[in-house]
Parts: sequence; structure tokens; C-alpha cells
Amino acid sequence: MAAPAVRPPLGRFAAQHLVERNYLVYRRDWVVFVTGFLEPLLYLLSIGLGIQQLVDDFVLPDGTRISYTEFVAPAMLAASAMNGSLFDATFGVFFKLKYEKVYDAVLATPLRPVDVAVGELVWSLLRAAIYAAAFVAFMALLGLAESWWALLGPLAAVVIGYAFAGAGMALTTWMRSWQDFDFITLAVLPMFLFSATFFPLDRYPDAAQWLVQLTPLYHGVVLCRGLTTGAIGLEMLVAVGYLAVMGTIGLAVACRRLGALLLR
Amino acid sequence: MGGDEALVEARGLRKSYGAVEAVRGIDVTVRRGEAFGFLGPNGAGKSSTMRMIAAVSPPSGGTLRVLGMDPTDDGPAIRSRLGVCPQEDTLDSELTVRENLLVYGRFFGLSRPEVARRADELLAFVQLSDRAGARVEQLSGGLKRRLTVARSLINEPEMLMLDEPTTGLDPQARHLLWDRLFRLKQQGTTLLLTTHYMDEAEQLCDRLVVIDEGVIVAEGSPAQLIRDHSSREVCELRFGADDHQGVAERIQHLGERLEVLPDRLLVYAADGEAVAQAVHEGGLTPRSTLVRRSTLEDVFLHLTGRSLAE
Amino acid sequence: MAGRVESATAGLVWRQLDHWRVRWRRTWRGSAVTTFVLPVLYLLAMGVGLGAYVDEGGPQASLGGVNYLDFIAPGLLATSVMQTAVGASTWPVLGAIKWDKTYFAMIASPLRPRDVLLGNLAFVAARLLMTAAVFWLVLLLFGVVALPWALLAIPAGVLIGMAHATPLFALSARLERETGFMLIYRIGVVPMFLFSGAFFPVSQLPDPLQWLTQLLPLFHGVELVRALTLGRPDLLVDVGHVAYLLLWCVVGLALADRSLARRLGG
Repeated sequence: MAAPAVRPPLGRFAAQHLVERNYLVYRRDWVVFVTGFLEPLLYLLSIGLGIQQLVDDFVLPDGTRISYTEFVAPAMLAASAMNGSLFDATFGVFFKLKYEKVYDAVLATPLRPVDVAVGELVWSLLRAAIYAAAFVAFMALLGLAESWWALLGPLAAVVIGYAFAGAGMALTTWMRSWQDFDFITLAVLPMFLFSATFFPLDRYPDAAQWLVQLTPLYHGVVLCRGLTTGAIGLEMLVAVGYLAVMGTIGLAVACRRLGALLLR
Repeated sequence: MGGDEALVEARGLRKSYGAVEAVRGIDVTVRRGEAFGFLGPNGAGKSSTMRMIAAVSPPSGGTLRVLGMDPTDDGPAIRSRLGVCPQEDTLDSELTVRENLLVYGRFFGLSRPEVARRADELLAFVQLSDRAGARVEQLSGGLKRRLTVARSLINEPEMLMLDEPTTGLDPQARHLLWDRLFRLKQQGTTLLLTTHYMDEAEQLCDRLVVIDEGVIVAEGSPAQLIRDHSSREVCELRFGADDHQGVAERIQHLGERLEVLPDRLLVYAADGEAVAQAVHEGGLTPRSTLVRRSTLEDVFLHLTGRSLAE
Repeated sequence: MAGRVESATAGLVWRQLDHWRVRWRRTWRGSAVTTFVLPVLYLLAMGVGLGAYVDEGGPQASLGGVNYLDFIAPGLLATSVMQTAVGASTWPVLGAIKWDKTYFAMIASPLRPRDVLLGNLAFVAARLLMTAAVFWLVLLLFGVVALPWALLAIPAGVLIGMAHATPLFALSARLERETGFMLIYRIGVVPMFLFSGAFFPVSQLPDPLQWLTQLLPLFHGVELVRALTLGRPDLLVDVGHVAYLLLWCVVGLALADRSLARRLGG
């Protein structure tokens, strides 16, 4: 037999091949990809057409007056980055891990668990960035993002996605059945509703304010709201640090656990 | 045989999952170019051994070298030169038949044109070219297995590992798969397979080990194992329902050895016809009588006291 | 003769009781917690939190002169049973056809596709009843139900749920691939949830959107439940809502019957 023509892809970015696999699957399901833009836009529309008519303008801490839609839109940006990346990292990974056995096949090749985790993460963040770019463009079109800082919106979505995808993937390795995902819903929905998304932090009782500030989505909202309103502050750096640390810890745990689960 | 280079060398290899010991100290050497089999019933420790050799399951004890490397440290390097066809198909149901090969090939670091060329060759080899665009879920069990074999060959592996390759396939699909594996062997690919089918082991393996409850109970070529652990022929006798034990005592002396199974008696002897005749002359009238050559099934029965089907 | 056939159907549906009871026992705990916690959270965030801003200048006329909490509480009940109905009549249906093949196991017994359908829908109705009743208790806790009319909001909730469950069952029974659910959710469920008058009056929408909304069963469900929890039913209007929801149930049931028979028979 001829000398082996295979170069072990070690030392290169092996995870890219998993990204390619996901791209191939998605290319055929382009309708799913395209309609993914829809959900946050619909929320934005319903707030603009509906709730804004019922609520007065908001005054930011620095004195700027913004409409209610301008206040909520960046929160929608952050929340949809959270939802999208969590969906991929929890349901998506669980399905491939337990039912499709995609990773069993992948690990029979030179790829390692860390390549699997990083590959899924990168794919999820690519999508988050694309959706966020479309959302920011839509905001600009509606006059909801006047600041040039808003151009960094997709980057903020990537940071938020990184935090939630890392943590979500780590948690997924402990999931036993689909019913366990109720816990994720139970964690995500309060965050979605109470992370200064629909009304500002000072509205909460003192103790609750502390609690809200501990949640990752709150920091995501701070980051996005700073960018789209142009009210840049130091708390945004804190937010980036918080989210980056959360994602990194999650990713590290996910790599270890995936290795333990798949390489038994 | 293609030289003496050992592709797999295991010494005292063990694997436990918690308190359960699946593999309890086995010694195996697989040489380049041979077709080597693990024969044993379900749960004997075959799959655990295969997973350790495939570098996806760290051994709990003993030493293991695969392609001259340590699977714990050099997993990716070893896996890049192996082909693995697992017991349960792990095909990607979100991709088409051909895409399964393309994507998998990319995991080995092959270039796109190279993968495309090999994918088309392999689809022809397993006779799936006309289904290239089909979705995996539309394939029957036999076609899926053929695709899995094609996928495991995408990196032109030096050793192809097959775990129960024909379990669950109909006879036609089995024979087609056997034919393809035989061709690979002719081309010099080392085959390592597990099976609980005797005929499969006899058809495909140059050498095999019989494994039971995590230990090796015999080793050799199929013919050698039959020679060493069974008689040349077997006379199978079926009587009415409940009198097997009584009959057994009366005909014990007719052969070298006798086994009582729930539905029949097996008398091991060099001349099976002579046994059958002696039974009739002794005034016994079995419902049916069959004389056949010994198989690996008989070897297994002799070595473990159990039939493989159990 | 007709009577005997009917009673046979009832008997055959009844035989599935244990099947569904076992399923229920395995899953009710998780869903009970979510069923209770989610409405509490929604009412706190939207009704109390956001409501404080909406009600700043006193109750608004466009909301019918009631607090925002009173306004959205019935809307949330209606959207919540709708979502339960969607969850119960999409993935599990395709799963029982495609992955677990439960339906095929069932029709290998004396059960016919129609019995399987009715048994499954009875289970859906039971889940809807639980969702509506738990949600109603939460409304009671928040003090936003006007008795005795408000009691009818529970059966109204089941009706709203069935008006969505039956046509979706038909759709699910025809689906080849699960990606369809993603589209149903994004193009159907989310817009309905947002624009059916649960969170703000439909009258604020541009005209064409208003007409479209009024064709949706959820809009009629929201209006019906709101009239009941506020204790101000208008007999003619609300009977109209009920009739429209019933129409969806009947048409949906007929479609589901045909779809399932074709899928399991083919």
C-alpha cells in the first residue's frame, strides 16, 4: 500500500472542519437561517407599534431623552444573542451528542474533544454576529441607533454569545433528557424579563438590584445599550470582562466533560 | 503474509467501568496485512477492546501500542491512520450520502479536491454511486452499513476496524459486504473485526481469538481452532421434548464428547455417520438426524460450555 | 348501528388512558413548575414592572380604562395556552410518527388512526386544562379576576388551546422534516404571540395588519378571556368569539383526521 497520504491536522485550526460541516447542513436549510432574523425584529416592531404608544420617553442617567423602543432595542439585541447561542450550545449539542452521535464519529478521526467544543462555539458565534449585524442595520434604518458606536453591536453579540454558549455547552454535558432543558428555560426567562431589559435598573427594590447586576444578561444589556445610545462608560468594560470570564470557564469545563463523556 | 510488523500490541490490557471489569487482562498482537478477529458473545469485552485500540477509550491497565504509538498520548496521530466502522452507524443524518464522505474526509485534514475524488471512488466501491444525493435517513440498514464502511476508508487507513460489521443485515447485504472486505484484504489493508457470527469469522479471518467474559480462551486460525478444540464431524440429534437427558446417558459412549442443548444433542466424533447409524441400531429413533463438519460454534461451546447465541 | 360504532370509538379511545397516564406521570412535575413560574414572572415583569410606566398618568382609555396589569393578565393566559397547544401538537406528534413510532405500535393493536388522534387530543386537552387552571390561580394571586365570570376563563383557555392544537396536529402529521416546526414557530407562533392584542390594543396597528389579526383565533381568544376576567362579558360578541374558536377546532379536527389516517395508512 502507498505511504499514508494523510497529514494529521494537529497544530492547525482543526475545529474549522466542524464549522464547515455545520455550514453544509445550514446551506440546505437556508430558510431556517433567513427566518432567524425575524424573531428579534418582530419583538422590536411590536414594541415600537404597540407598547411605545402607551409609555412616555425615558431619560438616561446622562440626561438624554430616548423613546421606549430605543431603550428596549439594545436589550433585544443582547437577548437574541443569548437565545441564539444558548439554543445551539444546549439543544443543538445535546441532539448531536445523544441522538445523532455526530461527535462519536468525529472523535474517530484526528479531531479531539476541544476541537469539537471550539468548532461548535465558533459556528454559533458566526451566526450571532451575522444576526446582530442585520439587527443593528434595521435599528439604524428605524432611527433607533444614532451613534457610530452601534457599529460594534455585532462584536458585543459575539462576546455575549461566547459567555452563554460556553456556559450552555458545559451545562449540556450534565443533561440526562430533554426534560432537563426545562431548567434552562427557568433560568433564561427571568433573565430575559428582569435584566433591565424592559425597564431600568432603578425601578427594582435595592436587594433585587444587586441580584439583577449579578446576572450575565444584565451585563450584555449594559454593553449593547451603551453602544446603541452612545453613552459609553466604564461599566461596559466590566461587562466585557464578566462575559469573557464566564465564557472561558464554560468552555474549559465543556472540553473536560466532553472528553470524559466521549472518550470513556 | 505482509511481514512481521505489529500494528497492535496489547499486553495484560484491562478496562473497567466503575466496578464492572469489561476486559480483564488480554494479550493480542495484530500484524500488518492480516485479518484478525475477536470472536465472542455479546458483552464479552470485544467492543471495549476495539475502542481502546481505536484510541477513543483510555485503558485501565496493561500496555497497548497501536502503530507503534501510545493511544493515550498520540490519539490524533493514531486515529489519522485508522479506519473505524462502529457497531451502531454514526452517520450524519443531516447530510447526504456523498456529503457524509466529504465532511468526514475533511476531519482528516485532506484537501477538498482529494476528498471529492476519494468520495466518488468509494461510493463506486460500495455500490452507492446512484444514491450519492440521497439523505442518509432514506437508506436501508444494509446501505447505511456500506456507507459507514466507505466513510471509514476515506483516509486510506492502514488498518480497518469493524465492530460487528454484518449484525442486523440480511443475507444478501452480508455477502456483498464480505466481498468488499475480502477485496480490501487482497489490497493489503489490515482488517481487525469483532463478530459473534461463526461463519463470518471463518470467511474473513486469518487468525482470531475467542474471548469470553473479558479474557481470551483460545487463539489461532479458524481451521487450527477447530482441529484443536473439536472433532472433525458432529452428529446433531433431535428427540421428543423432555427425554434428552435420558437419551444422552444411553449414547454417551458413541462419540468423543457430547453436548446437551435445549433442543438437540450434539455428538462429537471423527465419523458422524457412524454415530448416527449406531444410534439407530441401539433402538433409538430421533425425529431428525444431521451430520455436519465442526464449526467455530462447536469450538466456542466446548471452551465455554455455552452456545454463542445465548 | 351508528350508535354502536360511536360507542366503539369511545371505548377504543378509553383504552389509551394508561398509555397517556404513564406519559403524564413521567413529565408533569417539570411542566407544572414551568406552568406556574412562567406566568408569575411574566406578570411581575410586564404587568407590575412595565405596568408602572404605562399607568403613570392613570389608567389609559385605549386599554378600556383598566390598569396595564388587568389588561395583559388575560392576554398572557390566552397566549400561554396557545403555546402549550403548540408544544403538545408539534414535536410529540412528529416524534410518535417518525422517531419513537408510537402511533404505529398503537395501530398494530385494535386501535384505528382516528382513535389514536382522539386519545392524543384528549391528552392535549388535559394539559391545556392544567395550564389554564394554574395560570388562573396565578391571576387570582395577583387579584386580577372578577368572579364569577372569570371562572369561565378556564374552559375558554382549553377552547383556545384546542383551536390551535387541532390544525397544528394536522400540519405535524404531514410534515417530513422537523425544520418545519422552526418555520411554524417563527412565522406563525411568534407574530401571533406579539400582535394578537395580548400586550397592546390591536387598534394601534395599521389597518391591513388589524384585519389580518382579526382572522387569527388567538385574537378572539384574547378578547374572550379579557371580557371574562374583567367580568364584563358582552353576550353577542363573546358568543361570536366562542363560535369562531369552535370553527377552528372542527375544521382542524377534520384535517387532522385525514392527515393522520393518510400518514399512518400509507
